[in-house]
Amino acid sequence: MTTKKNGQTIGFSNPPAVLGAAAVVGPKEGAGPLAGWFDVVKADRLLGMKSWEQAETKMVEEAVNLALAKAKVRHQDVDFFLGGDLLNQIVVTSFAARTLDVPFFGLYGACATVAEALALAAVLVDGGFAVNVALASSSHHDTAERQYRFPAEFGIQRPVTAQWTATAVGAAVVGPHGKGKVQVTHVTVGRVVDYGQKDPMDLGAAMAPAAADTIARHFEDTGRDPEAYDLILSGDLAAVGHPLCVELLERKGLRLDNRFVDCGLMLYDDTQEPVAGASGCGCSASVFAGYLFKNLEQGRFKRVLLVPTGALHSPTSCQQGESIPCVAHAVVLERSG
Amino acid sequence: MKATKEQADEYKRLVMRRSPRPAILRNALWAFGVGGTICAVGQFFLNLALLGGLPLTEAVPLVAGVMIAIGAALTGLGVYDRIGKRAGMGAALPITGFANSIASAAMEFRREGLLLGVGARLFTIAGPVIVYALAAGLVVALIRMLVSGPAGS
Repeated sequence: MTTKKNGQTIGFSNPPAVLGAAAVVGPKEGAGPLAGWFDVVKADRLLGMKSWEQAETKMVEEAVNLALAKAKVRHQDVDFFLGGDLLNQIVVTSFAARTLDVPFFGLYGACATVAEALALAAVLVDGGFAVNVALASSSHHDTAERQYRFPAEFGIQRPVTAQWTATAVGAAVVGPHGKGKVQVTHVTVGRVVDYGQKDPMDLGAAMAPAAADTIARHFEDTGRDPEAYDLILSGDLAAVGHPLCVELLERKGLRLDNRFVDCGLMLYDDTQEPVAGASGCGCSASVFAGYLFKNLEQGRFKRVLLVPTGALHSPTSCQQGESIPCVAHAVVLERSG
Repeated sequence: MKATKEQADEYKRLVMRRSPRPAILRNALWAFGVGGTICAVGQFFLNLALLGGLPLTEAVPLVAGVMIAIGAALTGLGVYDRIGKRAGMGAALPITGFANSIASAAMEFRREGLLLGVGARLFTIAGPVIVYALAAGLVVALIRMLVSGPAGS
């Protein structure tokens, strides 16, 4: 049975397995350093659809179907589908769920959604409420821009702190303990942390304290040292937030050294865009489903800590002068045997 | 948790210390080059119109129309956002930037229909500029009238 460990961390005594995972990304992500790890790279961001939203929905459907195929799980054997995206009313995931036609929980955790989904999927499976749970987390550069910022063709100069919302989807299937090599052993559920940052063009700085809080909690709750992990990945803190998180952790007495990397800094190389790095629900999700899962499966990593981070603001809340509340959830992924 | 004011202020200082500085000189050079080029093109058309015998009062709105058409066309071709990305205000301030703000909104919101999409959101970006330009014009006109009497008197 599941044992809820100290504080914010759940440890699974029969860790559910990740049966399969798939990442579907856009052209810019497909031209980046992780290109070879993604399952599908789209040639254009509209996919021949009528709107950006339709294109993103299509990508979610494709990623989930691919993850199910890899996991060798049929549609009718999926007990629940968990997922979310950045759009109002999480329309993209909801519309994809309409097509997938399986029981659906819609999630919103901004760019931390993939961790929220993994945590809940593992809880459902280990609790015996489900056998197979499909999950997806997605973002699309243009759907996010039009909702949070400006029209696609508007010529504006981005501040150096701004991040680029990734066009990417990560999907996975979580199933019973022992059915797969990669398993979810612990999740640390983050608190909402708000250090008074107000700039929506500098989300890395807003999210860094939330990431540091959850990471510190994780080590406190599990009693582990950073050395227990081959890799610790924050979600999308990027060039501004990641060093800030390193500093905040050092103040708490935690040195993660060079095993601490950031998904937002992995998706693009320096020549692609003069911005701080990647962001979006699809950023950590595609790094997880593409790079991380495959490396674990192939045995290159033994145990990793994935800490996706999300900024829980809306354009309205920012315009009304509210600060940006953020959250980070940590998921331990381990290769068995 | 919400940080206390002291925690938030301390963190703000840390962020300020650690944040990358914008490349001000490079940005300024880009803005100068692109903004200057756009103005030179406008001047070229103005000279052409004057050479063609148009009076200045008619040549100026004609040139504005031509520059708006160019800005809108470059937006439609997907070029203007790339210029703006580098040149910042150098691309935004000339009237071509104004055209870009309207044309890009029209393209983006066309999918939501002609009435509630294009109609309602065409001036999403340009709207505040128009509102406050009109308001400022009103104030300046009022001051002028108070100082030197109604125009034409």
